[in-house]
Amino acid sequence: MEFLFSEDQQLFQEGVRDFLSKECTPEQIRSLWDTDDGRSQGLWKALGELGLLGVLASEDHGGLGGNEVDFVLLLEEAGRAALSEPLAQNSALAIPLIRDLGSAELANTWLPRLTAGEATAVVGLEADPLVHAADSADLLILQHGSELHAVPGDSVTCVRQECNDFSRRLFQVDWTPDTATCIASGSQAEALIDLTFDRAILAAAAQQLGICQQLIDLAVDYAREREQFGVPIGSFQAVKHMLANVAVKLEFARPVVYRAADSVARGGDHRSLEVSHAKVAACEAAVAGAKASLQVHGAIGYTWEVDLHLWMKRAWALDVAWGTPSFHLARVGATVLADGTRIGPGGLDA
Amino acid sequence: MSMDLSYTSEQQAFRQEVRSWLEEHVPDEPLPSMDTAEGFQRHREWERVLAAGRWAMVTWPEEFGGRAADLITWLIFEEEYYRAGAPGRVNQNGIFLLGPTLMEYGTDEQKARYLPKMGTSEEVWAQGWSEPGAGSDMAAIRATAVLDGDHYVCNGQKTWASRGAFADWIFCIFRTDPDSQRHKGLTFILAPLDAEGVTVRPIEQLDGETGFAEVFFDDVRIPVSHRLGEESAGWKVAMSTAGFERGLMLRSPARFEATAKRLVDLYRRHEDRLDGRVRESVTRAWMNAEAYRLNTYATASRIIAGGSIGSEASLNKIFWSEMDVQMHETALSILDARAQLLPRAPAAADVGSWLDGYLFSLAGPIYAGTNEIQRNVIAERLLGLPRS
Repeated sequence: MEFLFSEDQQLFQEGVRDFLSKECTPEQIRSLWDTDDGRSQGLWKALGELGLLGVLASEDHGGLGGNEVDFVLLLEEAGRAALSEPLAQNSALAIPLIRDLGSAELANTWLPRLTAGEATAVVGLEADPLVHAADSADLLILQHGSELHAVPGDSVTCVRQECNDFSRRLFQVDWTPDTATCIASGSQAEALIDLTFDRAILAAAAQQLGICQQLIDLAVDYAREREQFGVPIGSFQAVKHMLANVAVKLEFARPVVYRAADSVARGGDHRSLEVSHAKVAACEAAVAGAKASLQVHGAIGYTWEVDLHLWMKRAWALDVAWGTPSFHLARVGATVLADGTRIGPGGLDA
Repeated sequence: MSMDLSYTSEQQAFRQEVRSWLEEHVPDEPLPSMDTAEGFQRHREWERVLAAGRWAMVTWPEEFGGRAADLITWLIFEEEYYRAGAPGRVNQNGIFLLGPTLMEYGTDEQKARYLPKMGTSEEVWAQGWSEPGAGSDMAAIRATAVLDGDHYVCNGQKTWASRGAFADWIFCIFRTDPDSQRHKGLTFILAPLDAEGVTVRPIEQLDGETGFAEVFFDDVRIPVSHRLGEESAGWKVAMSTAGFERGLMLRSPARFEATAKRLVDLYRRHEDRLDGRVRESVTRAWMNAEAYRLNTYATASRIIAGGSIGSEASLNKIFWSEMDVQMHETALSILDARAQLLPRAPAAADVGSWLDGYLFSLAGPIYAGTNEIQRNVIAERLLGLPRS
């Protein structure tokens, strides 16, 4: 039993944080709001060179051959930087799905390009039909009942669904299933759909940790500088306690998310319950962080000009994407409260 | 060093060993409350049984009768202890708080004098830090100890001394330098509660029992050999580096997981008449207990790997204490109008100890530094907000 990240994993996290703080600034994010696809090809390519896109792809396909425990801290950094590129879609969902499908042809065709940032793939599941970055994807993997289809970007119609978070381009995807596009069906497809759904939940939770941290940091910076009544407002207990409460939520969401990453990586017996727990905890921290950070900023935080809303809006969007908190609470409760489930000291099944 | 959330075969074997021993030895009936004279005695006897099996202080070094268990092993022990429904630990002030401090700061003579009798609970310890004017503001301590030859002459009043009503010894902080301010000039002193000039006045708690006491010192002569650490180093000794580990040992996750399990069992019995809100609340209670467990395993792993924990302990204190209150509130809401009944009321049915537990949980956000103080610590030392 060792609940720790390795030194390499932590160094990679720091490297990504450094990189994103320079290459993914609020100015850069804002500059993409009025462009056609909201994407930065340069940044996408650079993320590929950094190794970030292919963490879950094998080395044969230009990836790092890692697992979700290797990836979770990096997704956290994507949240902290409010990265708008579809990192979760491409690298936490599509790449491992293509990897796990067992089609060498599909893998050899797509994985090298997806890990290098030369192409983008996204996944559309019926559980969340609002597909991020669908219009700029070269490949879409779409669920049709208990089938999965690999569909080229130019054979679908994407209907934009404007999102409160301008960096999050959401689309409803219209397409016609075809036997030629079907890549999995029956129980194999169902298992992969379930797994992909859980990966999406985990990725959202991991990003929320970083978003929450950033919301706290922004509020702390502001509260140290902003003076009223002749002192920094951060010296007032009302302000301190508000932010301390968020720090407590974040501290206790983190290990839940990390354990969920381990569970997805290992195929744990309670994988679905554990990712749902992670999402509830991380979303609660991030949404509380948004509320507290806005309150600390006061009127200035309510403006378009100040960058705070980049993270607030991402927190709210991810809170309801891939299942609302109520959905995930019910998913946890369905196991924990069921007759015959063994709970008690030591966790499930101890 | 990397993520591995499975137990080693040694850890699994240890769990089995603890489980078998407890199955054989844990009393069938719960003991009377340790805050009554009879219950205190019964708990002391249980500690003797534990010590005879070398289970009373598993984290202590072997030379003092422990098993030199690391923190993960300790967590496994606790999980089994709560799973077995074993009695509360009457000497936790001694074994988990003073014991490790003695090992860090005590002389060899002091270790030999105090640790064996602490381990068997032949001597049960009370804690004497708070005073009427020094609660959250612990550095406002006014009780004095004046050096007179090879004795300290102690005067003043300690209060909220947990286990004080029936304990044998008390560890205190006295002001030895009358000109000192705040954290300076304080000294850590061990005092027998039957010494001449000591008066113990038990305080009735919310539940009518006497879990803590006021302790008055009236020209009490304490040999200098009872001082722990250097003179004027009392604050440092009290806040010693082992601080967090002790906090972790006092509030082991297993306790809250056991409560969550009882809550889920209660919910299942009444599920038919309860709405979705209660269901979410019960689910959250389990999730919080689980989060606390995971956080503790992560912290224990960090400490074993050579890391240290400082102000993060304040995050912990807030989380477990508020979780405990929330779990009990949820249970009371399930019990409906019966939630006001004592277990002896004829219509009490399955109210069990929830009301008692609720009262106890409400002490959590107050003792060991109120949660308001903890929030200040988080804001100032972890987040870097300016001091008031």
